[in-house]
Amino acid sequence: MIRLALRMLLGDTSKLFGIVMGVTLASLVITQQGSIFVGIMSRTYAVVSDMGAPDIWVMDPKVQYIDDVKPLQDTELFRVRGVEGVAWAAPLYKGLTRARLEDGTFQNCVILGLEDSTLTGGPPRMLEGKVSDLRRADAVIVDQIGATTRFARRDADGRSTPLRVGDEMELNDRRAVVVGISGNTRSFQSQPLIYTTYSRATAFVPKERKLLSFVLVTAGEGVDPASLCRRISMETGLAAYTREEFKGKTVRYFLENTGIPINFGIAVGLGFFVGTVITGFMFFNFTMDNLRYFGTLKAMGAPGGRLLSMVVVQAVWVALVGYGMGVGLAALMGQLSKGSPLAFHMPWQLLVVSGLATLIISLTAAVVSMHKVLSLEPAAVFKG
Amino acid sequence: MAVVADKPAVWCKGVVKTYGKGDAAVRALRGVDLEVHRGELLMLVGPSGCGKTTLISVIAGVLDRDGGECSVLGEDFRALGPAGTTRFRAKNVGFVFQAFNLIPTLTIADNVSVPLLINGVRRQEAHRAACEMLEKVGLGARTGELPNRLSGGQQQRVAIARALVHGPRLLVCDEPTSALDHATGGKVMELLAGVAKQGGLSLVVVTHDARIFEFADRIAEMDDGRIVRLSAGQSHKHAAAAPQQGAK
Ligand SMILES: Nc1ncnc2c1ncn2[C@@H]1O[C@H](COP(=O)(O)OP(=O)(O)O)[C@@H](O)[C@H]1O
Ligand SMILES: [Mg+2]
Repeated sequence: MIRLALRMLLGDTSKLFGIVMGVTLASLVITQQGSIFVGIMSRTYAVVSDMGAPDIWVMDPKVQYIDDVKPLQDTELFRVRGVEGVAWAAPLYKGLTRARLEDGTFQNCVILGLEDSTLTGGPPRMLEGKVSDLRRADAVIVDQIGATTRFARRDADGRSTPLRVGDEMELNDRRAVVVGISGNTRSFQSQPLIYTTYSRATAFVPKERKLLSFVLVTAGEGVDPASLCRRISMETGLAAYTREEFKGKTVRYFLENTGIPINFGIAVGLGFFVGTVITGFMFFNFTMDNLRYFGTLKAMGAPGGRLLSMVVVQAVWVALVGYGMGVGLAALMGQLSKGSPLAFHMPWQLLVVSGLATLIISLTAAVVSMHKVLSLEPAAVFKG
Repeated sequence: MAVVADKPAVWCKGVVKTYGKGDAAVRALRGVDLEVHRGELLMLVGPSGCGKTTLISVIAGVLDRDGGECSVLGEDFRALGPAGTTRFRAKNVGFVFQAFNLIPTLTIADNVSVPLLINGVRRQEAHRAACEMLEKVGLGARTGELPNRLSGGQQQRVAIARALVHGPRLLVCDEPTSALDHATGGKVMELLAGVAKQGGLSLVVVTHDARIFEFADRIAEMDDGRIVRLSAGQSHKHAAAAPQQGAK
C-alpha cells in the first residue's frame, strides 16, 4: 500500500512538481537565510574563535560581549595567576585606535596587544612573516582583509594596492612597521585588525589609567575549565568564561540588542509561511484529485489508518525530496559565495531545524488532506 | 445442516434510509424487503433516484441503514461495528463501478492487486494473483499498462478482475455497463455472469440497461424507495449460465 501511495504521487508529474517546489522553496529560504544569520552571528565572536589558545577568558564582570571592553587593573593578572588550577595566564589588550596611513588618510582599527614574552593569542594563520617578528622594533601584524580593503592605497587612476610587509603607518602619532600579514576570520564590524605586543599596544593608544582588557587562562592538566571558571570568579571577583561560554555570551548580546534576529526571523518566517501555503494548497489539490480513489480504497475495505498512512507517506516523501533540494541549493549558493564577503555558515543544527520545519510544512499540508480522506463517506464512491 | 447452505446471501426486511433532516430530508429507502440467493445474479432496476444505489450501499456495508433488518452472508453490520464492517468488506465484497474507478497512475496489475494488499497479501503474491485474474478476463498480455491506454470495455474488465481477485462472496455492481456501448456492455456482462457463476458468488447489479436483462436470474424493480416487483430473468437462455440456483 505504501508503494501504491508513492506511485499515486509520482504518477502525476505536474502536481508533484508543484508540491515539491513549495517545499523546496521553503527549505531553501529557511536554510539559506538561516545560514547567513548563523554566519553573521559567528562573526561577532571572530576575535574569540581566532584566538585558539586560551581555555578561559577572564574579564570585568560588567563586560557583555567581546567588543565591550572594561579595563582591569594590571595587578588582576597576578591574582588570576594565583588561582589554583591555572597553568598560565596572559594579558590581552583589545582596543580601538586610529591609524594614519602613508598617504595621510585615517582609518579606525582594532588593536590587539599580546603578552610580550609569549605572544599568547596571536593570529590563527600567518600569510606572510612570522608571529615572532612582532619582537622587532615598532612591529605590527595586519590582517589580510584589512590590508587589502581599508588599509589599501588608492592610486590616482583608481587602482588599489594592498598594504604590504615593510609598509609603515602611524598609530597615535607613533611609527608602526608592518612585519606580517595574518589570515583571520572576517569580523562583524569589519574593521582592520592590528596585532602587536602588549607594551607597544598600550603605547599606541591614548594613556589611560587601566589598560588590561582580558586575561587569557590555560587550565592545568586535568583541570575542568568550567569549575576553574567558578574558582577564578570566586577568588578574584572577576568574570571568567570558557571560550564557548564567551562566544555564546557575545552572540546573545547581539541577538538581544540588535535588529538582526528580527530581520532574519521575518525572512525565515516568510519562507516557512509561503512554503506552507503553497505546499498545503498543492497537496490538498492533489488529494482532492485522488479523493475518488481514496474513496474506492475505503469502499474496498481499506481501514482509515491505512489511508492515513498513505497520505503520510506521500507527505514525508515530498518533505524529504523538497528538503534535499532546498538544502542542496542553499549549500550550492553558500559554495558559490565562498571568498565573497557574504556570511554563510551551515552547521548541522541548522540542518536539523530546517529539516523539522520542512517536515512540519509537509505534515500540515497533509493534515488538511487527511481530514478530507477520513471524513469521506465510502458510499460516495458510487456517486458519478 | 442444510439450512445454513440455504440461507440467502442477502436478507433485508423493512430497510429504511433517510438522507438529511427536517425539510431537507430525503427518504431514499422506505422499507425494502429483499432476498438475494447464493449464486444468484439479481438485477436491480428502476427510475433514476428511486434508491438503487442507496440500497446496494447498505447491502455492501458502505452505508448504515436507519432502520429495518439486514443480514449479509449471515452478518449484521450493526453488530459488526464500523471496523468489523470494514474488515468484512475487504474480505467478502467486490465492487464494480460505473466509472471503473481504476487508479490512473497504477498499472492494471497493480490496480487489480489492491484488494489483496488491503487483505495483507504480500506484494509479489498479490501481483501474481492479479496477473492470473487478468488472464481470465482476457487482458493477460497488458498487465503492465496504465488504465488510460485501454478502451472503456477493457477498463471495466480490469475493474471486474479487481472485484474478483480476492475471492469475495458478494459482488455489487452499480450500472457497470452504462458507460459502454451495447456490444461492449454485453461482453462485459457476459464475463461478469460467467465468472460469477463459476465462483458461485452472489451478484447484485444495478442497471437501467434493459438490453442486459438477459443475464439476470431475477429482476427486482424499485420505485420510490421500495421493491415493487420481482420477476424471473432470462438467464436460462444463456449457454454460459450454470444450472439455475437460488430458485426456491
Ligand atoms: N448523500 C446524499 N444526500 C442526500 N440525498 C441523497 C444522497 N444520496 C442520494 N440521495 C437522494 O436519495 C435518493 C435516492 O438516490 P440513489 O440511491 O442514488 O438513487 P438511484 O441510484 O436509484 O438513482 C435520490 O432522491 C437522491 O437525490
Ligand atoms: Mg444510482
